[in-house]
Amino acid sequence: MNIRILRILLFKEIQLLKRHPIVPKIIVVLPVMAMLILPLVANLDIRSVGVAVVDNDCSELSRCIVSDMAASENLVISGVFPRYDRALEMVERGDADVILTIPSNYSRDLERGLTPTLALSANGVNATKGMLGSRYAAQSSGATVSRWMKERAVYISSGLSTVQDFQTKQDVAAVLNLYNPTLNFRNYMIPALMVVLIIIICGFLPTLNLVTEKESGTIEAMNVSPVGKFTFVLSKLIPYWIIGLIVITVGLIVGWLVYGLVPVGNVILIYLAAILFSLVMSGLGVTIANRSSTILQSIFVIFAFIVIFQLMSGLFTPISSMPQWAQYATYAIPPRYFIEIMRAVYLKGATFCDLWRQYMALAGFAVMFFIVATFSYSKRS
Amino acid sequence: MSILLSVIKKEARHITRDARTMTITLFIPVVLLLLFGFAISTEVNDVRIATVSERYDCRTREIIEKLSHNPYFTFKGEAEYSDIERMLRRGEIDAALVLRGRDNAPEYQIITDGSNTNIAQTAAFYIENVLRSPEQDTVLIHTLYNPQLKSAYNFVPGIMGMIFILICAMMTSVSIVREKESGTMDLMFVSPVRPSVIVIGKLIPYFILSCILLVAMLCISYMLLELPFYARVINVAGLSLLYIILSLALGLLISSLVRSQVAALLVSCVVLMLPVIMLSGMIFPIDNMPYLLRMISCIIPARWYISAMRAIMIQQLPFQYILRETIILAVMTMIIISIAVRKTSKQK
Repeated sequence: MNIRILRILLFKEIQLLKRHPIVPKIIVVLPVMAMLILPLVANLDIRSVGVAVVDNDCSELSRCIVSDMAASENLVISGVFPRYDRALEMVERGDADVILTIPSNYSRDLERGLTPTLALSANGVNATKGMLGSRYAAQSSGATVSRWMKERAVYISSGLSTVQDFQTKQDVAAVLNLYNPTLNFRNYMIPALMVVLIIIICGFLPTLNLVTEKESGTIEAMNVSPVGKFTFVLSKLIPYWIIGLIVITVGLIVGWLVYGLVPVGNVILIYLAAILFSLVMSGLGVTIANRSSTILQSIFVIFAFIVIFQLMSGLFTPISSMPQWAQYATYAIPPRYFIEIMRAVYLKGATFCDLWRQYMALAGFAVMFFIVATFSYSKRS
Repeated sequence: MSILLSVIKKEARHITRDARTMTITLFIPVVLLLLFGFAISTEVNDVRIATVSERYDCRTREIIEKLSHNPYFTFKGEAEYSDIERMLRRGEIDAALVLRGRDNAPEYQIITDGSNTNIAQTAAFYIENVLRSPEQDTVLIHTLYNPQLKSAYNFVPGIMGMIFILICAMMTSVSIVREKESGTMDLMFVSPVRPSVIVIGKLIPYFILSCILLVAMLCISYMLLELPFYARVINVAGLSLLYIILSLALGLLISSLVRSQVAALLVSCVVLMLPVIMLSGMIFPIDNMPYLLRMISCIIPARWYISAMRAIMIQQLPFQYILRETIILAVMTMIIISIAVRKTSKQK
């Protein structure tokens, strides 16, 4: 490998990047826009669950249940109906997510010491919303009923024994959420978004760069020159380290200025992971470009990789929810380690000792992709 | 007519000749559907938990017993209170339960790893359920339309909305612009073939390809993912055809606006793909977005397609429930086609 040739090639690559009409804008504008807009969009919190109530009881208690739900922060009352089919129609139209049916004589049966049940039907089209929505509704109505029972007990001050049973059985637990005490979904998404940006920018750009050279024919000039394989591939990869670092820096600054989120751990750890990971992605991009002949072909292949990377790496859905075979498969997905590092350093303040396995895995992938990219490039077509 | 046929044949050769692109176009939707159906789940079903016992009685034993037998938990054993923070930081556990207090006044503390908000919330809820005695359950919960709470149900319409934009809009625009770039488009325009025939001939093969994909995706959804099959599948097909035509028109529009393949790709990525993934309600609910973005989402065709598909595919509602969405999509299609045709005919 010749250092002088490498320097000249790098100079050429950077000049090309600077001269390109769109790429320099993408490197700065895309991260800024993504970091500004996407945290507003990427919100999986389940808020404003619409509840349609079928009130067959029409008592003081049933009205209490409805007004407590209307007052709670996650529930919205879509309407109170006398019949179930009217409430179901609300769900079918998408105006309500959960139907709460209060049976007739509900409060009378409770006073008599029977155990009448409330029925909740959740719209399961969106599984998460249906599940969480029915939980919120169950919690809210349960709280109302137990408070009502207590008030009745004080009021009547007879039948105290049953009511006290009701109270002691309810073991209260204090919940402490470490690292993200308000459970703000944004804090969870912002480190992940920076990962998405590096996946997209360091995956697409080198591919496009190399295939454009192929289509316009300038790569032929490179093929007849004495530049070695190793030097050539390195000159294609190194600019994307710098670009990866720019993307991460922009992400860190926007995250800090706009959302007030700064990494709890050491920033150097984030940069180290970003360097390793951008090498992995650009190595993959160069490999794909070496193997394809048209832009469309290379874009579709890298797109397939990016989709699988994003879905299987635990970005949006927890890895632990996957079946066992899929969990083993995620060990072969490089962004998995990068995401773990980003989230741990950003939110939990993890140190290198906590994360050395992830770094080793990323470094292994980086070396592997570099070697594959070098050997997939051949000067003879 | 025979000219149109030969233009179609030429374009079909272009598509099938590039075997790799063909494979990927067929491979992406199938893999996406299978991943969502069998690998990915938004449900939290494995909470790794450790307990800290500062009180030893039968209630503590009973709770630990319950935790270690519950399929939703993986019990990681007893730990010291001082070790919990380290275990959470390393990601060895998702939550910890501290048992304290005296016999008559038990106290519980749940410590969760709040860096993953969904797991934290759900874990706390599961643990509270374990702590509660079963007699207290006086609320009966059942789920409509999707009793097993499969997350695939929610994603299938979204994936279809994304794939058709990818195939129809992206592939068509790139293929037309490629001919412009290499100059063969001029060759076609100076031939006696009418421009409208060329454009239609270029669009029809992609339309057929999309129809094949539609059939494949419906087969996978109904056979492998076990979505509830229903006679109204004709509505699903009809609505999808409308959406495919809309996407083709979008591709045509893009191809008339840009000059290079890279530009066509970037425009279809930034203007079409990103909004479809982010703003259409495919993954992230529209209700949660700020007002301005919710307004923007109204002009994205995929938003209407996906919500209509959810209504007819999963809730199996009759056609009148999606009348509004269908009309909006039809109007959008007409507007885009008229703009695209005007733009394309101006260039000749």
